[in-house]
Amino acid sequence: MSETKEKPKQGRDATGDDRRLNMIEAINDALDVAMGRDDNVVVFGEDAGYFGGVFRCTAGLQEKYGKTRAFDTPISECGIIATAIGMGAYGLRPVPEIQFADYIYPGYDQIISEAARLRYRSAGEFSAPITIRSPFGGGIFGGQTHSQSPESLFTHASGIKTVIPATPYDAKGLLIAAIEDNDPVIFFEPKRIYNGPFDGFFDRPVKNWKSHPDSVVPEGHYAIPLGKARLVTEGEQLTVLTYGTMVHVAKAVMEEKGVEADILDLRTLVPLDIEAVEKSVKKTGKCLIIHEATRTSGFGAELSALVQERCFYHLEAPIERVTGFDTPYPHSLEWAYFPGPVRIGAALDKLLSE
Amino acid sequence: MADRPERTDNKPQLSLHIPEPNYRPGADEVDFSAIEIPEAGAQPRPDEACDPTETHGLCTDLIRVLGEDNRAHGPWDPKLDPDTLREMLHHFSLVRAFDERMFRGQRQGKTSFYMKCTGEEATSISTSMALQSDDMVFPSYRQQGVLIARGYPLLEMINQIYSNSGDKLKGRQLPIMYSSREHSFFSISGNLATQVPQAVGWAMASAIKHDTRIAASWVGEGSTAEGDFHAACTFASVYNAPVILNVINNQWAISSFSGFAGSERATFASRAIGYGLAGLRVDGNDPLACYAAERWAANRARTNSGPTLIEFFTYRAEGHSTSDDPSGYRSAQERDAWPLGDPVVRLKNHLIELGEWDEDRQAEMDLKAAEKVKADTKEAEKNGILGHGMHQPFHTMFEDVFEEEPWHLKEQNAQSQAERDKKYPDGVPH
Ligand SMILES: Cc1ncc(C[n+]2csc(CCOP(=O)(O)OP(=O)(O)O)c2C)c(N)n1
Ligand SMILES: [Mg+2]
Repeated sequence: MSETKEKPKQGRDATGDDRRLNMIEAINDALDVAMGRDDNVVVFGEDAGYFGGVFRCTAGLQEKYGKTRAFDTPISECGIIATAIGMGAYGLRPVPEIQFADYIYPGYDQIISEAARLRYRSAGEFSAPITIRSPFGGGIFGGQTHSQSPESLFTHASGIKTVIPATPYDAKGLLIAAIEDNDPVIFFEPKRIYNGPFDGFFDRPVKNWKSHPDSVVPEGHYAIPLGKARLVTEGEQLTVLTYGTMVHVAKAVMEEKGVEADILDLRTLVPLDIEAVEKSVKKTGKCLIIHEATRTSGFGAELSALVQERCFYHLEAPIERVTGFDTPYPHSLEWAYFPGPVRIGAALDKLLSE
Repeated sequence: MADRPERTDNKPQLSLHIPEPNYRPGADEVDFSAIEIPEAGAQPRPDEACDPTETHGLCTDLIRVLGEDNRAHGPWDPKLDPDTLREMLHHFSLVRAFDERMFRGQRQGKTSFYMKCTGEEATSISTSMALQSDDMVFPSYRQQGVLIARGYPLLEMINQIYSNSGDKLKGRQLPIMYSSREHSFFSISGNLATQVPQAVGWAMASAIKHDTRIAASWVGEGSTAEGDFHAACTFASVYNAPVILNVINNQWAISSFSGFAGSERATFASRAIGYGLAGLRVDGNDPLACYAAERWAANRARTNSGPTLIEFFTYRAEGHSTSDDPSGYRSAQERDAWPLGDPVVRLKNHLIELGEWDEDRQAEMDLKAAEKVKADTKEAEKNGILGHGMHQPFHTMFEDVFEEEPWHLKEQNAQSQAERDKKYPDGVPH
């Protein structure tokens, strides 16, 4: 069963107010909780130790847990992931950070050929209980090496889970669940929404998380099960399947256009919450898939195939995909590239005119 | 009795070493006196065609030419004429003025990003002056000095930094990720160390074709931890490729000191020993030593005598980039305490000592450099600044993905035009 329209549990700080965190603080809090509960949890990565990460997600952990539990590494993504696998084989629960998803490729062989297959090839003797955290996605004028969304390169490999949060509340709960999971997890953090829920209207003032209900992050331990989607809004007109930054963009566009949609924040791509997908599409009969990643062989292709296979007789219109273009992420034309409100609007018009 | 592994209870407990730099923010007093700085001129200069082993002593030494007396000493003195030295100083002056202005431009919101090379100018300017202008260079992001020494127009650099309509790279790349085939300057990748083995490959091709040109690459000390660097060393050694592998050891990789790349155990130059490369370790703030070492390696490569790995020992005087604030992880005193001085000051003082320069001429040169940069900046701004207008036509986004646009990119191109018309019914802002 998918969690439907879950209300965030209330977290009160010392003054009795809701404790509101941005996504960076929520991730930091998750790491803190996981490290506090289990001294096998170790955190490391380029600039992730003393300095606490270029995005500050690991700030304060070295001071609190010591240098052998939160440390800096050489600049070798291959080495970072490979040593994480080795530590996992020993019995630790490593949470390596890759500074940007765009730099994960030197470690790709270790992820695909090693981490993802260790359990299978050793018939369960060994596994890689590692959680690879990495900021991903564009919208920060980072050019092609600080903007990519490579999630489908990981969902395509068997044996690795892929998780992408869209709110501070989810970021904490999902990260704790990922760390506690005994299989390798890629945990992609949408960096465009680290500090606020970006709605896709890049020329409007930026919002911060403080006024968003899902920035209320309870203290202490809670886990959001992997493989469960979140119903963000409920509506009869269509189903939107999306994740990460695009959850907020989709929501803003639906509001702007007065469209009532089931927006499903998938949260975990593998394993996918297929029940939630099927239930919603069968109800609405229309399906819009939105992701920022390039289109060809993107995760949207998988979603589209699944919906077609399982909901064909309920579909009232062809499935629509809104994605990034099949080019590297450009620097100056970032907003022409980004699958923003205009691209989503055009797909909506097509779907709703059927 | 044989020393065989046994299970006993009295084994020592293992413990993990985590490197730690000496001077974090707020450190009492920065003291670099432990760094061994040999006398200028004291290092032997082996024959350029020597066996790599003859250089191995130099891998832990420090090649220096300019002494405290501002004079050139020893066998590594490249004996450059005053005009060449003044030309070098002029490049220094220009790069410094350029870095200042571009950094400020980023702060003023004219672009997204910038990186200075302050304190490291000699490692790119003096070295590239020791190469031929058609030798192929594979720089990292901190080698603006190479482009400037090769006469690449500042205006083009600023257009690229502003990602504007004049940008020859069509606004696609992050600022400072230049490319100029005309200047034998390879397109810079943001992915660290990838280009080191590519330089080796270019050099191998040059050798396959019996060409006369060699290749040189630059990489930061932090990036030598990447596997690509080690692939480069192996291939360079195996094929005796005509290539120079420059390692810029500026002590820092963002917030991580060089200990996280292995400097607590061995010098970066001494990587050469294990791979069977020639290796040199050089005072990177000594412009004459930088020139001489690069020249030695270039002559060696050009005569089929083999590749060289050079470590330039220097200091990153400023933050990593405009996104970085070093006061969060290192003592602010480090910069002033750095024992090898400032390359610009050292070259200037050398020329003054030779009677070929004076402070007035220096002040005039610096002023002119600043004016030149200012004028080119104004000129570039006519082509736009980042984030204020869509400076490139949308269709350029789809060009050069492939040589020819396949059907799916044609469709997406058309889609982006439709989106543009919808978003900007009155025309795209420029
Ligand atoms: C493959 C890869 N991993 C990580 C990064 C992020 N990154 C950019 S610069 C940098 C530090 C590099 O330090 P160093 O090699 O010493 O060069 P310096 O900046 O000192 O010139 C890091 C980690 C990257 N660009 N590419
Ligand atoms: Mg460095």
